[in-house]
Amino acid sequence: MSATDDYEPLHGFDHAPGDEPVGRHEIAEGLAGYLIGLGLAILLTAVSFFIAGTSLVWHPSIPIALVVLAIAQIGVHLVFFLHITTGPDNVNNVLALAFGVLIVFLLIVGSLWIMYNLNQNMGPMSMPMG
Amino acid sequence: MTAFQAGADYGEGRREETHGHAGALFDHRDPASKRIIVGYGFWIFLLSDIIMFSAFFATYAVLSGETAGGPSGKDLFDLHKVAIETACLLLSSFTCGVAAIGARAHNGLMYYGGMAVTCVLGLGFLAIEIHEFVGMIEQGAGPTRSAFLSSFFTLVGCHGVHVTLGLLWLLTMIAQVFAKGYRADILRRVLCFALFWHTLDIIWVAIFTVVYLFGAGA
Repeated sequence: MSATDDYEPLHGFDHAPGDEPVGRHEIAEGLAGYLIGLGLAILLTAVSFFIAGTSLVWHPSIPIALVVLAIAQIGVHLVFFLHITTGPDNVNNVLALAFGVLIVFLLIVGSLWIMYNLNQNMGPMSMPMG
Repeated sequence: MTAFQAGADYGEGRREETHGHAGALFDHRDPASKRIIVGYGFWIFLLSDIIMFSAFFATYAVLSGETAGGPSGKDLFDLHKVAIETACLLLSSFTCGVAAIGARAHNGLMYYGGMAVTCVLGLGFLAIEIHEFVGMIEQGAGPTRSAFLSSFFTLVGCHGVHVTLGLLWLLTMIAQVFAKGYRADILRRVLCFALFWHTLDIIWVAIFTVVYLFGAGA
């Protein structure tokens, strides 16, 4: 078996079910998707950095705006870079993501909530030590 | 590549096909291809990694005000450096996507070019981050200074370690494609690497917002 013979069946196997060979048209399509994602991500990042340093907006609203922008950008990354979409072939990925988001939410919000309450209750006691 | 290896791979593919026909008797949908199953398994690993990071984020959020009289984020963070780091990671995510398309299309220019640029941008990110860490430690603001700095170095350092490991993986994938060609099993590893790299970018979005922008602004 020569080296070229080795490659023929392997290239045939490359195109698994649902895994079409990528033609020139599809390369352009894929690149366009990544370019849109990059453009949106740069836009959201620029707005985040601008808002953090500006005095144009009402000051207490800045943290909320930053969180919203970050969540939007994470969404852009998930859709355009990781290709986690709402398509029927993506149900399992989305369900796993939803469970992950639930755990992350419980961990972060739960920690902040409990530690805030502890700080409130421990406040007077920690004063003399500080 | 030896004929034995090629035969083993081909057999694997054939086995999947037989499964497909047997499964069709019980289920009207064909079972997913190995590429989809590998991608799904790696996605679950990435979600568990994100959950680990969320524990570090929670720790940081709780401790970010505990500076023990030492410097706070406002005194330490340089947003210009952070902006350059962010640009490096964002662009590297794009070039990594280009490399992933190149791998699937068996396009050497897109694959090797994309991977090389990704590697350079990743190294640039790491260089700036290490420079920042060294500068902070020289100022006496190392991880032992306060609870705030301990949690800062843990969270941002953990991301940096991930980027370092990602770069080692990147070089491995360049070498494997170079040595073994665009084989199905190698392409699955490239897919996993691309997912890993994009996930690091997602974690960085949370870091630059929660750590740097909150820290420098508030």
